Amino acid sequence: MKIGVPNEIEPDERRVAATPDSVKRLAQMGFEVLVESGAGRHAGFDDAEYRASGAEIATDTAAVWNCELVAKVCAPQIGEVGLLREGGILVSLLFPAQNQALVQALAARGVSAIALDAIPRISRAQKMDVLSSMANIAGYRAVVEAANVYGGQFTAQITAAGKTPPAEVLIIGAGVAGLAAIAAARGMGAVVKAFDTRPAVKEQVESLGAAFLELDFEESGEGGGGYAKVMSQEFIDAEMALFREQAAQVDVIITTALIPGKKAPVLITEDMVEMMKTGSVIVDLAAAQGGNCAYTKPGESVDHGGVKIVGYTELTSRMPRHSSQMFSANVAHLLEEMGGGDHFSIDEENEVIRGALVLRDGASKWPPPKIEVSAAPPVSTKTAVAAPVSRSPAPARQSLARGIAPLLVAVVLASLALYAPREFIQHFTVFVLACFIGWQVVWNVTPALHTPLMSVTNAISGIILVGGLLKGASGEVDLAALLGTIAVFVATINVFGGFLVTHRMLKMFRK
Amino acid sequence: MNETSLAVLYLVAAVLFILSLGGLSHQETARRGNTWGIVGMAIALVGTLLHPHVKSYGLVGPAILGGAAIGAVMAIRVVMTAMPQLVAILHSFVGFAAVLVGVASFINPDERVAAAGRAAIMVHEIEIWIGVAVGAITFTGSVVAWGKLRGTIGGTPLLLPGRHVFNLAATTAIVVMAVLFVSTQTSHELALIYLLSMTAIASVLGVHLVMAIGGADMPVVVSLLNSYSGWAAAAAGFLLNNDLLIVTGALVGSSGAILSYIMCRAMNRSILSVVFGGFGTGDAKLAAGGDEIEGEAQPIEAAAVCDLLRASKEVIIVPGYGLAVARAQHLVNELANKLRDKGVNVRYAIHPVAGRLPGHMNVLLAEAGVPYDIVLEMDEINPEFKGTSVALVIGANDVANPSAETDPTSPIYGMPVLKVWEARNVVVLKRSMASGYAGVQNPLFFLENTHMLFGDAKESIGHLVAGL
Repeated sequence: MKIGVPNEIEPDERRVAATPDSVKRLAQMGFEVLVESGAGRHAGFDDAEYRASGAEIATDTAAVWNCELVAKVCAPQIGEVGLLREGGILVSLLFPAQNQALVQALAARGVSAIALDAIPRISRAQKMDVLSSMANIAGYRAVVEAANVYGGQFTAQITAAGKTPPAEVLIIGAGVAGLAAIAAARGMGAVVKAFDTRPAVKEQVESLGAAFLELDFEESGEGGGGYAKVMSQEFIDAEMALFREQAAQVDVIITTALIPGKKAPVLITEDMVEMMKTGSVIVDLAAAQGGNCAYTKPGESVDHGGVKIVGYTELTSRMPRHSSQMFSANVAHLLEEMGGGDHFSIDEENEVIRGALVLRDGASKWPPPKIEVSAAPPVSTKTAVAAPVSRSPAPARQSLARGIAPLLVAVVLASLALYAPREFIQHFTVFVLACFIGWQVVWNVTPALHTPLMSVTNAISGIILVGGLLKGASGEVDLAALLGTIAVFVATINVFGGFLVTHRMLKMFRK
Repeated sequence: MNETSLAVLYLVAAVLFILSLGGLSHQETARRGNTWGIVGMAIALVGTLLHPHVKSYGLVGPAILGGAAIGAVMAIRVVMTAMPQLVAILHSFVGFAAVLVGVASFINPDERVAAAGRAAIMVHEIEIWIGVAVGAITFTGSVVAWGKLRGTIGGTPLLLPGRHVFNLAATTAIVVMAVLFVSTQTSHELALIYLLSMTAIASVLGVHLVMAIGGADMPVVVSLLNSYSGWAAAAAGFLLNNDLLIVTGALVGSSGAILSYIMCRAMNRSILSVVFGGFGTGDAKLAAGGDEIEGEAQPIEAAAVCDLLRASKEVIIVPGYGLAVARAQHLVNELANKLRDKGVNVRYAIHPVAGRLPGHMNVLLAEAGVPYDIVLEMDEINPEFKGTSVALVIGANDVANPSAETDPTSPIYGMPVLKVWEARNVVVLKRSMASGYAGVQNPLFFLENTHMLFGDAKESIGHLVAGL
């Protein structure tokens, strides 16, 4: 089966759907790959590299589009649809809900279309989920963009020339992009705060070293598919009050709030922007969906009264090398899931494929039947942990044992006092004290030396050879002497074996 | 050498033995500790040889020389991965010696005992009885443990129907026969028959108890037998009126008891369930059957692991018994050294029951030349996983199973485990997806941040070393 990888003709698109590395993987799966000349040049991969990894290079655009399967990044433009082979397969971003005209054109062409943006967000499909992998990069880049236009350093410095405070960064929305932004901003030394409507992400935020801002308000924003849902009016009011308070303090705001299939909510209103310090920066990752900031101009960076509002929509294309690497790996995983080159099929029983399937041979498959998403709120598992499970015997039995033990000790001691000969009591005293000494001494032994401890106790318990000696060397040659001699023999093995092997082991322990 | 000077020498030896165990508290003092033990032993041995009771060296001289030679050869030849077997067989020797000493002193009692009253004789006979019984159980139990550890005897527990009834019957028989033995005053021969029959029953009991124990429980069994061997020596001390033997036996016995306790706690098991066997089989397998984990493990190539490691700042290596089986400890050290040269902070995390002997992993790593200050215990390292880039799990399974914390239905629920999954990336080196000794599935393998590097541990690590 042949995969065509055409040039992306979208003006700002610098990514490519296959890299030399992914071509190698695809070839191993049994695909042939035809790459259009120059497809990877923006991402830093030249034709020679592709050729070296086993791809064919074509200068003829039509030949690439005529492959049985076409893999690309952006949805094709209407003009490109005619290039697709009739009955061929297209794998790319599609956004079928927003691009209905395009979907109709593809249907008319009789193709099967897989929308990479519609891969279900279940754990099994994570390796194919381009939205996550791209959001990750966009989150990182958002911090880079913010740092680029912010007039100061992110990290605090104390130098001979004076000190500079760290930048305060507020991240709104702690999804994949938000978390990546937190990590990047923390890495640059900024003080980071984050807000999310889903309290479950608090732990993740804090694990990255950011503070989690909380509202004094009970409502979980956990929606389906790992996204947040639309919140109640009271919640939004409380949230806005929090942002207003923060806007006056922070130097950088990065917003990542998206609601699937809807326009992004406006979270940073006009008055909040006015309140911000001159020179502060807003990076709006939701710009393509309308923006989280009232002043966002999608695709542009604007200055509003000294506050810079960055609304770039192609942040991933600004890091084309790594975003292409991730994107192409997602594509390769998807094609592997579909059976690879040798057993390729569009399996509608496979929930991942079914979820992403928009057209099958021109017939509409959109929207797919709803599947229950496995990204369960992590809170529930945590509470399960805390569930009290009795690990120790029932309390009744315990108290019984507690009552019996002293009683037993008392009985034993009493019978000893009454019946045991004096000599025995003396030995018994030695025995009990030695047990206590052993108990105290051995608890101090470091666990790393437990094996040497066992071998040294092996050796010293060979002291039983003294007992054997008294029996074996009695001067007579009878059965008892013979048994004693054998005892001496085996006990000596212990003594020598135990001490020597301990010595050998301890010699190995060094700093 | 008279009685009093010998007693003083024994006192010195006993103190040296205590110091010897005390020395093992730290690596710095451990070697000194061993030396003290040797000195103590030499003092006790020479003192006893000079005692007037020792009238001829004809028999014992060759026995000592022979035993010394064999012991030395065993100690020098043994490979560190075979330490558990060596320890087990040495336990059996103590048990065997205790049986022999007990029987010998019944056949040929001290004049002093014979001269004492009836009560003293009774006490003496009970001491013999206990010494022989504990010795016999230790002896045969350790031999079976030795066989299991070598692989001569299969690791799967032998669970006879009605095994508890058998154990109970055997124990009752030993007690009942004790009464008969002590009350037989007229016939020395009849009493001897009782003693020998009881030895046979105790030996079978020892075999049966250890046969019923699964491979995962071996660390506990070995520690328990260690403890038994101590009690056997102490019992011999009672019957010989020898305080040095009593002190040493008590030290060894409590040492083994502590180790057993630590091991049991590390596996979240009650000591009784280990002693009477049965874990790691029946119930566990049932649970595993009904509890298939949904999901797909993500395989990874050695080259990708190299990239991951190269990009890391903190790496924690979690070795398990699989490392010992593959004898890959030297290669692991080489890998760690390469990473350390690149400025990566490499540490090792050791679970208390990793391996087949308490502290076994530490010895293997020490053999490979790993500095002991980067080998950390579970409690020290667990909080560290959070900031770690890569946790490299080599041949370990149950000790890093998140079910122990999250799944109350799991048979290992509540067992303390290494929280490897808190690391950003987990790479598991494993031969296959098979479950560990506890027979439980490990959800770790299906986590999003876990990657599986399949293959023989030694080969896989070889690839990693070559790749770096």
